[in-house]
Amino acid sequence: MIGYATFDTWWWPYVFIAIAGWLATDMWRWIGVLVGNRLQQDSAALTWVRAVATALLAAVIAKLIIYPTGELANVPLALRIGAVTAGFAAFLMAGKRTWVGIVTALALLIGGQFLLG
Amino acid sequence: MSTLSAKRDVHWFFKGARGITSLPAIILMSAFVGFCGFAVEAGIPFGQTVFMTGMIWALPAKVLLVGSIIAGASLPAAFLTVALSSIRLMPMVAALIPEIRTEKTPTWLLLLLSHFIAITAYVFTMERIRDVPREHRVAFFAGFGITVTSANILLVAVIYSTVSNLPAMLAGALFFLTPVYFLTSIWASTRDRAGHIAMVFGLALGPMFHQVAPEFDILYAGVVGGTLAFFADRVWKGRSSS
Repeated sequence: MIGYATFDTWWWPYVFIAIAGWLATDMWRWIGVLVGNRLQQDSAALTWVRAVATALLAAVIAKLIIYPTGELANVPLALRIGAVTAGFAAFLMAGKRTWVGIVTALALLIGGQFLLG
Repeated sequence: MSTLSAKRDVHWFFKGARGITSLPAIILMSAFVGFCGFAVEAGIPFGQTVFMTGMIWALPAKVLLVGSIIAGASLPAAFLTVALSSIRLMPMVAALIPEIRTEKTPTWLLLLLSHFIAITAYVFTMERIRDVPREHRVAFFAGFGITVTSANILLVAVIYSTVSNLPAMLAGALFFLTPVYFLTSIWASTRDRAGHIAMVFGLALGPMFHQVAPEFDILYAGVVGGTLAFFADRVWKGRSSS
């Protein structure tokens, strides 16, 4: 099967990225434009589409924390979940200030790693 | 009349462009530092990393593409992985378009600008678009989207050679920044109750579906969670009004 390393030319990886990366993402954006063009503001259909979009994003968030990539995978799961939960609680208590949540969560994540050695 | 309107468009374009100094844009740039480190670690050459940044733009899709390349996936398999994870862009774009377009906005322009829509641009625009006069919203979005995308392409190009010196703990923190930022900012920018319910469902269902259908987990969590939230909101509304 054709893969990333199939052809030994400088341009092949770019073709690979264009098909498996650019086309695979932008085709959904184009369909989104065509669908969005037909949706009326304040309609029930738009509320549903927005709810689906939000739930999708929330699922991405949960996966980034529970099944992370890169260096974050070396941090214990309980510490990751504890830090994000405390950060979200701090965010709510501070009147929905995003930066309060971020600072709290990051401080706990880094501080927790020092404590655990 | 039309030249005046064009002048106002330029004004709003630059207002959007100034969003490069906003919290969402700064956090996204930190996340791109994290992604660049991941790409270097995976052995993706300089030119391809920069190319990917501009052409795909959505961060999770790039992480998955690099993951597929490391795993030696075939072209159809890599395409399918990235395409499945990117279905989420469709409802995001579909929800955003009615907020920014006017009756006169040409579809080709929206198709072109849709490339700049990813989670950060979605959150940024949804948070601020109500304060922008409707006829200038497309200009405002274009200003933000084009500026932030270009800035991150430049950023990746500049830091590529030095990013591997990043301490491991800092690199981990950069990967953590993105989900925490998304969680708080999406919660803060969601205006309707259905959206908040959808968030709770999505957070719970994402990892749950990952156990049973890892290839389609995000998609299932989105459709099932979003639909449940939509109906829960309807029932809630019906009860409180009767």
